[in-house]
Amino acid sequence: MFTGLRRVVRAGFVGFWRSAYVSLAAIFILTVALFVIGATIFLQQLLDTSLQAIQNRVDINVYFVPTAPEEDIARLKLAVEALPEVESVVYTTKEEALALYRERNRDDEIAMQALEELDENPLGGNLAIQANETSQYEQVARFLDEQRAQEQPQTPVIDEINFARNKDSIDMLTSIINAVEQASLVVMSILLIAAVLITFNTIRLAIYTAREEISIMRLVGAGNMFIRGPFMLQGIMYGFISGVLTMLIFYPVLVWLGPMTESFFEFNLYTYYIQNFGYLFGVLVGTGVVLGFVSSTLAVARYLRT
Amino acid sequence: MIYFDNVSKLYNDGRSAALQEVTFQVAPREFVSVVGHSGAGKTTLLKMIIAEDKPSHGQVFFESLDIHRIPKSKLPNYRRKIGTVFQDFKLLQNKTAYENVAFAMEANGRSDAEIAENVPQALSLVDLEDKVWNFPHELSGGEKQRVAIARAIVNQPDIIIADEPTGNLDPIATYEVVQILRKINDLGTTVIMTTHNKGVIDEIERRVITMDGGRIVRDDATGKYVL
Repeated sequence: MFTGLRRVVRAGFVGFWRSAYVSLAAIFILTVALFVIGATIFLQQLLDTSLQAIQNRVDINVYFVPTAPEEDIARLKLAVEALPEVESVVYTTKEEALALYRERNRDDEIAMQALEELDENPLGGNLAIQANETSQYEQVARFLDEQRAQEQPQTPVIDEINFARNKDSIDMLTSIINAVEQASLVVMSILLIAAVLITFNTIRLAIYTAREEISIMRLVGAGNMFIRGPFMLQGIMYGFISGVLTMLIFYPVLVWLGPMTESFFEFNLYTYYIQNFGYLFGVLVGTGVVLGFVSSTLAVARYLRT
Repeated sequence: MIYFDNVSKLYNDGRSAALQEVTFQVAPREFVSVVGHSGAGKTTLLKMIIAEDKPSHGQVFFESLDIHRIPKSKLPNYRRKIGTVFQDFKLLQNKTAYENVAFAMEANGRSDAEIAENVPQALSLVDLEDKVWNFPHELSGGEKQRVAIARAIVNQPDIIIADEPTGNLDPIATYEVVQILRKINDLGTTVIMTTHNKGVIDEIERRVITMDGGRIVRDDATGKYVL
């Protein structure tokens, strides 16, 4: 048993080395396939983070009248926070709003003078509300409208809700995000399927060149496992080498691309590669090994069947 | 030790026959030559013995074993009892002469010590001690066939099946191969060989089975080539 295993392993390595051109071709194709798979992972990551970043910039603001009592505002804030759609609520008090206004208009003399003329703070506080999904702003806005409708007309609290103003752009963003996510899923699936099929066919061709050998081995009385073993091992070797090779190729590519993605998407792919090296290595090498092993097992089975 | 019982092999729904009602037996230690024109059924006959082909009717026995009732999983075991030699040598191209011979033993599950001892012996029996580490493409036709014979005998099979072993060889290589087969036979192994080389048959002076159109037409104890 152990002797058989040792012989299969040795035959696998020797065969790999002696049919170097076939091995090289298989490794080359597998590397291309794994590169596509790796690129898919990076693209998905890039897309996710940039979509997330865009979503994070969208919010609904509720502006309160300057005279609104603090307890009413606090009650509304609690009620909004309790909504399942809401991710976060940030309250800016009227004093903070004023400070912010001063800060923004520091160089605007007229605005500053106008502010000096008034003895009291003309600004109200506001709530910045973020939902989990852009599609959920509609519900949050409806809730806020209901709250506003219940107010006593003589003591108003909410001055303005800016959802209606932002509605069109939020809707458009929602549909763009959905479309991009769907399109990327389709494109990536096609790429993955293509990569798998190309790998499978390349390895099948590699083993096709050995079909004569396989029939001779059978004539000499070799058992199926003894014939199949070295090919399976070679498939695993193709996958392993290709996986390592792909990781190595990604390094310079990402060193080059990293700063660009940093400035454009605010997400550094190179940093991602370094931080998730173990995970990426596992995925690419693992995929390569499984692909190589399964392809060669299926390909040899064809010639062992009769 | 080999017994054909009324064996026929039909193709195209019975309209053409490679073998028709063939019955004969081969005793241990015999050297049997099967002669006949191309298409006479010689190769089909040998394929029946190594279970590469199934008869349409009749049975083929190896000792008391019905060859075509052997389950697929046991076929490798059965084939290890038979050494095969072919016209086109059928060597593993990316293995050296030594490895080709050793492969048959490895497939047989023999120990490393046995392999280290028997492979050089087999190669020296066919006079190839100096070409042990050459690949098949570095060998002449006669040398390749001698490697194939070494591979066929290295597991000490009960019987050697040789399908036109001299078909691709020049007269000198043919002579050498026939001498080696005779030597193996003298050492106690049964040999069944097909050929259409008249000189080979006349030189061996052993049993000759003549086939024509899938039938055995002559079976002479010390035959000459008659067609």
